[in-house]
Amino acid sequence: MAEETLKRTSLYDTHVKYGGKIVPFAGWELPVEYSGSGVIAEHMAVRTKAGMFDVSHMGEILCKGPDALKNLNMLLTNDYNGMHDGQARYSPMCNEKGGVVDDLIVYKKDDQNYLMVVNAANKDKDFAWVKAHQSGDVEFEDISDTIGQIALQGPLAKKILLKLVKADAIPEAYYACKFDQDVAGVKCMISTTGYTGEDGVEIYTPMEDAPKVYEALMAAGKDEGLIPCGLGARDTLRLEAGMPLYGHEMDDTVTPREAGLGIFVKMDKDDFIGKAAIEAMGKPPKRRKAGLKVTGRGIVREHQDVYQDGKKIGVTTSGTHCPFLGHPYAVALIESDDRDPGAKVEVDVRGRRVEAEIVKMPFYKRGE
Amino acid sequence: MSNPKDLLYSESHEWVKMLDDTTALVGLTDYAQSELGGLVFVNLPEVGDEITAGETFADVESVKAVSDVYSPVTGVVAEINEELLDAPEKINEAPYDAWFVKVSDISAKEELLDADAYDEFIKGLE
Repeated sequence: MAEETLKRTSLYDTHVKYGGKIVPFAGWELPVEYSGSGVIAEHMAVRTKAGMFDVSHMGEILCKGPDALKNLNMLLTNDYNGMHDGQARYSPMCNEKGGVVDDLIVYKKDDQNYLMVVNAANKDKDFAWVKAHQSGDVEFEDISDTIGQIALQGPLAKKILLKLVKADAIPEAYYACKFDQDVAGVKCMISTTGYTGEDGVEIYTPMEDAPKVYEALMAAGKDEGLIPCGLGARDTLRLEAGMPLYGHEMDDTVTPREAGLGIFVKMDKDDFIGKAAIEAMGKPPKRRKAGLKVTGRGIVREHQDVYQDGKKIGVTTSGTHCPFLGHPYAVALIESDDRDPGAKVEVDVRGRRVEAEIVKMPFYKRGE
Repeated sequence: MSNPKDLLYSESHEWVKMLDDTTALVGLTDYAQSELGGLVFVNLPEVGDEITAGETFADVESVKAVSDVYSPVTGVVAEINEELLDAPEKINEAPYDAWFVKVSDISAKEELLDADAYDEFIKGLE
């Protein structure tokens, strides 16, 4: 991608100030890590204290109007009936073949106002998709460039935020949100839909006010060990916690069931895009996500072939050394009858066969 | 960290410590380890392997990526630093103590830089 097309969040100068190593990501210039810490220390901070991420690059699409709910239920595989205001719900969004267009979180403000938060790399595709498939009295609006988002994650995250807000500003439940909360004089939405496997919050701000909120949180977290964290730790944290990433565990050619997201596909609701194709494929799917613990010497990465009894059964979709567990793990899409935990496989790591074992996901679970 | 004066350096960021005319220790420079970030895995050759100047002989992995390590000399692997296999973080902590291999029967070398020239070289990269 040509350099001049890269976008910067309003926190760009803040990242540079804190020593962020800036890289291009999904059309944005964002820090991959900070020079004073690095991926491993940032990962550990989130697991043991607190870390702060700029995720302003993510896309935000408003869905509003009398037919908002009807449209969400047609576009998304999860069931959006029965949500109360201030609730959030995750869903894959499928194409007619059952492949995943994107995975996203919908926040409900009220019956006629929902906020869809989507992957940055897919935002334009998603917006075009929902516009092409909308029906009835509904309006979709892409407000991505006007919204900043800060993810404050870790066991001390809420304690830090509580220095700036009243207790009732933070949702009590996981997958919930509170609109119009004052954080450091900025009107924000506070949610609890983390992507690290740790306790925490996300704070949605007007884009231009993100630095004000960020610096207030840095000051509030100074004595709690809060540090800025980059994209590198965001990826190792989500992998360690067994969370899928679009473009890795799923894409336009992988169904939610194959990606291990069957629980978010509600076949008993009315029609949705992709329903017939997913139904026709039956369940369990032939090809399915599997968690791998590397038992040989090496680090398994994405796009490496997986073998069982000498036969190729699939390919890895993500993989790295997981810093908190102190061990390499990977996720793969495989076709095999022998895929229960304990099953043995081998992964081709740049020409070398490395042994691995299928294990239950997530690899890391908070409190265990 | 300053680059020790008694070592030689390659432009691919390996250091060479000549022990005598045909024997040397080889490792990764401070600049390289700091660019790579926290290392979590190192793959070393085996004793007896022949390695060639300018070709990869080992690889190191951070949580982000794998990187090849190139041999600055042609020779035979006489010893490997097994300690690094279990503790690759030593490369980050003390890059000039964390030798990867001891190479004997050195018959050729890449064009190597002295410490001052290598300092200049990495300044040009920043």
